[in-house]
Amino acid sequence: MAEVTLVEAINLALAHALGADPNVVVFGEDVGVNGGVFRATEGLQRRFGADRVLDTPLAEGLIAGLAVGMATQGLRPVAEIQFSGFIYPAVDQIVNHAARLRNRTRGRLTCPMVLRAPCGGGIHAPEHHSESNEALFAHVPGLRVVIPSSPARAYGLLLAAIRDPDPVIFLEPARIYRLIRQEVADDGAALPLDAAYVLRDGGDISLVSWGAAVLDCLAAAELLAAEGIGAEVIDVATLKPLDSATLLDSVAKTGRCVIVHEAARTAGFGAEVAAVLAEAGLASLLAPVRRVTGYDTVMPLYRNEQAYIPDVARIVAAVRESLQFS
Amino acid sequence: MSDRGQREGVGDGASASREVARFEVRLWRCLDVDGNALAPLPAFAGDLDHLRRLYRAMVRVRTLDARAVALQRTGQLGTYASSLGQEAVGAALGDALSAADVLLPTYRETLALLLRGVAMREILLYWGGDERGMDFAADRGDFPHCIPIGTQVTHAVGVAAAFHYRREPRVAVCVVGDGGTSRGDFYEGINLAGAWSLPVVFLVVNNQWAISVPRARQSGAETLAQKALAAGFGGEQVDGNDVVMLRERLSLAVERARRGEGPHLIEALTYRLADHTTADDASRYRPGDEVEHHRQREPVLRLRRYLTRLGAWDEAQEAECLAHCAREVEAEVAAYLATPPAPATAMFDHLYEALPAALAGQRRELAEKGASAPGAGDHG
Repeated sequence: MAEVTLVEAINLALAHALGADPNVVVFGEDVGVNGGVFRATEGLQRRFGADRVLDTPLAEGLIAGLAVGMATQGLRPVAEIQFSGFIYPAVDQIVNHAARLRNRTRGRLTCPMVLRAPCGGGIHAPEHHSESNEALFAHVPGLRVVIPSSPARAYGLLLAAIRDPDPVIFLEPARIYRLIRQEVADDGAALPLDAAYVLRDGGDISLVSWGAAVLDCLAAAELLAAEGIGAEVIDVATLKPLDSATLLDSVAKTGRCVIVHEAARTAGFGAEVAAVLAEAGLASLLAPVRRVTGYDTVMPLYRNEQAYIPDVARIVAAVRESLQFS
Repeated sequence: MSDRGQREGVGDGASASREVARFEVRLWRCLDVDGNALAPLPAFAGDLDHLRRLYRAMVRVRTLDARAVALQRTGQLGTYASSLGQEAVGAALGDALSAADVLLPTYRETLALLLRGVAMREILLYWGGDERGMDFAADRGDFPHCIPIGTQVTHAVGVAAAFHYRREPRVAVCVVGDGGTSRGDFYEGINLAGAWSLPVVFLVVNNQWAISVPRARQSGAETLAQKALAAGFGGEQVDGNDVVMLRERLSLAVERARRGEGPHLIEALTYRLADHTTADDASRYRPGDEVEHHRQREPVLRLRRYLTRLGAWDEAQEAECLAHCAREVEAEVAAYLATPPAPATAMFDHLYEALPAALAGQRRELAEKGASAPGAGDHG
């Protein structure tokens, strides 16, 4: 079993899907010869041919619409949006068509497509490259929204997304594309698309996050453990549909919760998590749910991006505030 | 390039020019407004039964359109988009496509959908606020009505890319209005169609008005057909009220695409005699004499004049045709009106292939509300 990074795990999953199903096609900007700007599609065109791994013109609305058209004909398009800030032209196609074609036609036409895009900041990228737009998609009925936080989950969740009969927005935290290596069995095994993961058990407080922030929560939990504070770390992984039961079970045990995400706070997905806890877990809560998030500002250019992105210190501080509440 | 010196003309100073394209846009027409043959008609038109079939199809949708507008006016149908004056478009589409081709319509392709096998009651159900109107029972894989303007163009290239990938001799036929050609989706779609040489035909139905904005104010391009040239394939104009020529040109383009000869664009010049929809009042923005002018050029009258002159159509046939269409429309309207609404919970049942557990509670909430609502039993 090989140790791979998250982006290498994406590549493994794409290769496995291309090898297993002739209906899978991969396309986007620079995904062919160049292997994608993050190298997620490295070598795939060479292995599987230029009719299955295709460079498209530079047009994100087209990329999404193309995927819709292909998907209706039984293909399994896996489209890449190059950078997070370039996904917005595709939103019309995703919201108006991909997400509702099955419903509009009562199941006659369907959209088994995956739209992959990097998400989040922290890589010193230019303007418009560091967006966290998961809440925008999580709001749309008919979609699934997935964000992996480890190589193994990236592999299993992407395979599941490709095999799913409905459209999936698959957001890849660019900050951790190469941060960690993990053994991943390239066995084609998919993970469920409706399950959160308890990555670390703890009895004092629940840390709920997704994407790159999961690693920061794990680091915070490690620091807190040295002080004898048990933080349970949950990777939501599939924002839509949300595995509320895992969150509620954890909070039933800990009574406290800090939600961590990089996206701006107002109407961020953390608000949804907090609402779920308020609606169904209020009796368990010993302290107000806290959110550690990006600010309600435009994502700053990279000199200040670390000040925007929630860090371990902010998470630990929020945990202390929560624990002090009585 | 070895021939560079010959192909480039050096102009003043440092500038140089190279001729990369020279174009003319041809306008195809074989029947004039009075139904006179301007040239030998295409071979298929020698079959008068074929022409009568096209004629009856156009009368059929005109009858439906009139009835649908009346239903809307009397509160029995939602907003409706009549195709009055544009009937030749649907007749030509219905005739030129093969069963295995995929049609990607706008919301005004009522006749094309009917000829593709969609039931009249399904059309009415759609405008009557029921998604089942897009679940075509005679499923040919055609797309349903597309309301967001021009967005279907990129779907069409996706469909065509799938045919191309599988080496299937099938064609995607995408209809878009004059207004739709202003959209990025249109440009992005035709651009890819040209770059990948896909089996797709774009039919631009230029009815001269994007709701209240006239054609001249939508684009500085002399024709909409020429937009295809920038995408690397051919474009032409056809008199969109000349059903014979429109059917011929469309059929040729579809068969060329089927043979792997790439995309083509046809701009059908027609005129929307009706309001944009029943929610629109076209008298607010266009003069009545313009409408009257175009009323003399409409496609049904034109073909009838041609057939009548040949002795291939008479008053008795006309009366029989109208009566037949009226009978069909009344029967379909009755079937539509008698169709009970789908259960409200259907809004959950086609959202995903399998409803995620996270949504089960919401569905139950709705089902329980429905069960306690007065008259809920009628909606089963």
